[in-house]
Order: sequence, then structure tokens, then C-alpha cells
Amino acid sequence: MENFTPVSALVGGALIGSSAVLLMALTGRVAGISGIVSNIVLGAPGERLWRALFMIGLVLGPVIVRIISGEPLPFEITSSLPFLLAGGLLVGIGTRLGSGCTSGHGVCGLSRFSIRSLVSVITFIGVGMIMVTILRLLAGG
Amino acid sequence: MGKNFAGLVAGLIFGIGLTISQMTNPAKVLGFLDIFGNWDPSLAFVMGGAMAITTLGYFLVWKRKSPVFADQFHVPTNTRIDPPLVIGAVLFGAGWGLVGLCPGPAIAGLAIGGWQIWVFLAAMLTGMALHEVGKRAKLLP
Repeated sequence: MENFTPVSALVGGALIGSSAVLLMALTGRVAGISGIVSNIVLGAPGERLWRALFMIGLVLGPVIVRIISGEPLPFEITSSLPFLLAGGLLVGIGTRLGSGCTSGHGVCGLSRFSIRSLVSVITFIGVGMIMVTILRLLAGG
Repeated sequence: MGKNFAGLVAGLIFGIGLTISQMTNPAKVLGFLDIFGNWDPSLAFVMGGAMAITTLGYFLVWKRKSPVFADQFHVPTNTRIDPPLVIGAVLFGAGWGLVGLCPGPAIAGLAIGGWQIWVFLAAMLTGMALHEVGKRAKLLP
């Protein structure tokens, strides 16, 4: 567990929570990324621009941290092209079919004690862990 | 106007939170899912930090009659544990474990990650579009 970073995890998590609370207080919406991104296209016409601006903020956030810290941000991805394509497709279809992802079900759903969200979170974390374990065994680790 | 500004600021804070907690790094996320390997519990602390703020914040925000820039709060009302919820979470978990990216980090990483994140995001948006096509053709819920 030498990679464990509890303090930055809690601080970053608290910021994510603050974003969710701010969005609810000001716009009355849950901060579910898969829902916000798809409703840029599928949402009611007057409810699209704030969602697009949320995504612009989401992209700019890391850029600001990068500039202030002056250091490159850790970004390590080893997946091959077929894995990237398959993973993206699964995440896209799965989050829409299951009505949410790590933010909508994970942060917002669990915080309002939704049983649906609890079932979703346990399922996607469990399946994610199984997938990573299978991949490691196949790789001979 | 206020709603759009709220979206931008909430997105910024969300993106900064993801960056500080290192959830924008797929290797870090896979470390959490690699429970039988060199396990890194950080992601659970991100969720914990986010939920602590969101649970308390939602409780306080919902004492108001309505959000600041909208007429009403929009909170999911469906409470059924149905096949789409579970199957969606299974598909999402599989894709998440394959690459280490979920929708938030897939977008937040656009400016700081490599080409892989663009491929993943394109596949993810295609998956979301496929779900919408399937839904309109009444093939998917």
C-alpha cells in the first residue's frame, strides 16, 4: 500500500463534494458526469449551456492545478488501442443503461441514501475489481 | 446566466478535486481496483471525503424551497432495483476495470493526458449514442 495517499484523497474528495453541493444549491441538479455530458445533447434546450460550461470547467480544473503547481500531473495509462475502444464503449453504454457513474451514483446517490445507487456502486466496483484481477492473472502477474 | 456561471464554477471545482485526489490518473484508479495486488485504498477516501461534504450539504440545501437559479430541485425518484440498473453497472464496471477511466476523469484528463484519453472519450460518447439509438428503437430501456 505504498501508493496510498489518504490526505490528498480526502482533500480532493471534499472539493468534489463541494462541487456537488454547489450545483444542487444553485441549479437544483445532481453532479453526475455521465448524465451531464449526455444531456448537453439530449437535455431540454434551455438546460444545455450550463452543462457544456460544466464540462469546460472540468477540463480547465486540471490545467489550473498544473499551472499553479508548476509540475507535470501524474498520468499513466498502459491500455492498448483495442482496450481503450472496448473500455470506452462499455463505460458509455453502461453508465447510460445504469443511469449513472462514479459521481452520480457514487457521490450524489450515496449521499442521499439511495438504495439504487448503493446497488450500482457495489456492482461496478466489484466488477471493476474482478476485471483488474483477471487482467493481472492473464498477464502472468 | 447565473445557472451557466454555476455550471462553469462547479465543473472547475470538480476538476480541481479530481486532480488533487489524483483520480485523473488511470494507474491510480486501477490501484484501487487491484484489491489482490498492490492495493491502493485512496479512491475510497476520495468517495468518503466527497460523501461527507455532500451528505451534510444536501441536507442544508434542501431546507430551501428551491435552488437559487432554478424553479425546483431535480432529484431522481426511481427506487426500483431493476435489470437495467444492474446490467448497466456490470458493463460500466467492466470498462472501468479495463482502462481505469470513468466519465469524470475521461473528460477532466483531456488537456493533461495523452492521445489515449481522446480515443477512450470518443468510444465512450459513441457508447452513449448507441444507447440512445437503442432506446429510441425500443431495443434498450
